[in-house]
Amino acid sequence: MEPSPSIQVKQLRKSFFVTERESGVGSALASLFRRRREEVVAVGGISFTLNPGEVVGFLGPNGAGKTTTLKMLSGLLQPTGGEVSVLGHVPWKREKAFLRQITLVMGQRNQLVWDIPAADSFELNRAIYRIPMADYKSAVQELTELLELGPLLRKPVRNLSLGERMKCELAAALLHRPRVVFLDEPTIGLDVTMQRRVRAFIAQYNQRFGATVLLTSHYMADVEALCRRVVVIHHGKLLFDGELAALRGQFTAHKTIVVKLEDGEADGALGRLGSYGEVISREEGSVTLRVPREDTPRVTGRILADLPVIDLTVEDPPIEEVIERVFAGGGS
Amino acid sequence: MGIRDVYRQQFRTTFASFVQYRASIFIWTIERILEPLIYLVVWSAVAKATGGSVGGFSVSQFAAYFIVMMLVTQVTYTWVMYEYEYKIRHGSLSFALLRPIHPVHTDLVDNISSKLITLPLMLLAATVLVLVFKPTFSPPLWAAALFVPALLLAFSVKFVVEWTLALSAFWTTRVSAVNQGYFVAALFLSGQMAPLSLLPHSLQVAASLLPFRWMISFPVELLLGRLNARQALIGLAAQGAWLALGLLLLRTVWRAGVRVYSAVGA
Repeated sequence: MEPSPSIQVKQLRKSFFVTERESGVGSALASLFRRRREEVVAVGGISFTLNPGEVVGFLGPNGAGKTTTLKMLSGLLQPTGGEVSVLGHVPWKREKAFLRQITLVMGQRNQLVWDIPAADSFELNRAIYRIPMADYKSAVQELTELLELGPLLRKPVRNLSLGERMKCELAAALLHRPRVVFLDEPTIGLDVTMQRRVRAFIAQYNQRFGATVLLTSHYMADVEALCRRVVVIHHGKLLFDGELAALRGQFTAHKTIVVKLEDGEADGALGRLGSYGEVISREEGSVTLRVPREDTPRVTGRILADLPVIDLTVEDPPIEEVIERVFAGGGS
Repeated sequence: MGIRDVYRQQFRTTFASFVQYRASIFIWTIERILEPLIYLVVWSAVAKATGGSVGGFSVSQFAAYFIVMMLVTQVTYTWVMYEYEYKIRHGSLSFALLRPIHPVHTDLVDNISSKLITLPLMLLAATVLVLVFKPTFSPPLWAAALFVPALLLAFSVKFVVEWTLALSAFWTTRVSAVNQGYFVAALFLSGQMAPLSLLPHSLQVAASLLPFRWMISFPVELLLGRLNARQALIGLAAQGAWLALGLLLLRTVWRAGVRVYSAVGA
């Protein structure tokens, strides 16, 4: 039997009315009497389903409607149209039973009280979410271990670095062990090491508690490390929903072949390599080619037969490039 | 567990935050001491210049009025109207909405905590002022007994009314204009600047019809022994009515506000 989905979104729409006017004093005066209201569609009818325990990357350029969607799923925004169901609840009604089972972490905003140690904010969350003491203690201990919070919990939040604060934010947001976790840019502004730490933590949390995670990020490394499946939106429309690997297949018609040649052969072979595919870069002793996806096996065979090759690797283009193509092609 | 646990933890949180702002808290408290003190000095001077009393208030009765006023203000003040716009613009309200508890609880505990923290300083100031200005007042025992519920009701009405007004931030970005209008009205109509009995009759009527008198002036009048039993009971009834109406408005306005908030962008 199919498990009942954690999140179900059908034809979800959200539009806002924005008043606008030209710049200048004249039009400012005119706008006092007659305002031009324009409907802006932020999310224009998207549908997808998340099963329990899935970690899904929610991708799209700035302004694509990602945050608006997350806000509708967590209950902050009421949809203009369509249906949303999260754990069987209608999010915007914000029933307590619903709120106790979800969390929303926004990388650019914080919920911890600024002037006091995070441990005190944790205690407040314990009371608000009515977490039994035993559960609370084990949750704090677990999160402290996973995120290496130890000494951070006793320092006023304002004295923490951005990364340290983000770790505490995550812990505070997960104390009540939500079954559905919405993460909006959880690694924004963090250094590479800290990004990796947060990423590993999200994966561990998902495995340990089987939580459903929907994550937006502009760092493709986050998405590659965490999500097998991605949902891509652009201009409020769904562009792609499926495995990350399939996204590559669907949107990139090319693979790259890196060929390492024997010393001194690279220069001479360069001209010939050009006939196998488009040369995109060349370093000492190695050349990178771009080859149509379906030609890759044939071209690889020919290069290996014709040239003094030391090493040859076939790679998919980096995911950043794929995403760029998706957005470029799917625009408007 | 339950709501009491939330209140206890919120109290600790607020207390811990306030300790970080000792200096600011101290200055705000001094401000709340100075304001009635200034009115006291001015009105004493007026009373002395006009032969010892103005409108039934002698110098020592003015002293009693403004010292009690100072304590009543300490119990009843709120700052929710200054805070709400910030909360909405900076998104902290979003977090509050996603918690399984009504945000009014947090604000209420926050408010009470801050008052408990600054209370000792207030009492010290009141003692010094009593020694310096030698106020006279002798309320009947029943009036002194009714002062406590009147004071608590005054705080409840003020908190509920101001919390509801603060929600105007959901609809307008001109919250400071709303605040300004409200505070000017409150300054005159709640008896902070002068006893209401010194105001023109029309303003007195306005103060009694609107919630202002019941938010501050009424408990002061009661403790000063200026009300008879009938007036006292009418006052308590008016407070009760305003509290009920206020709570009803708070609920309705909050729901409508949140609906707007979640319609146009949180």
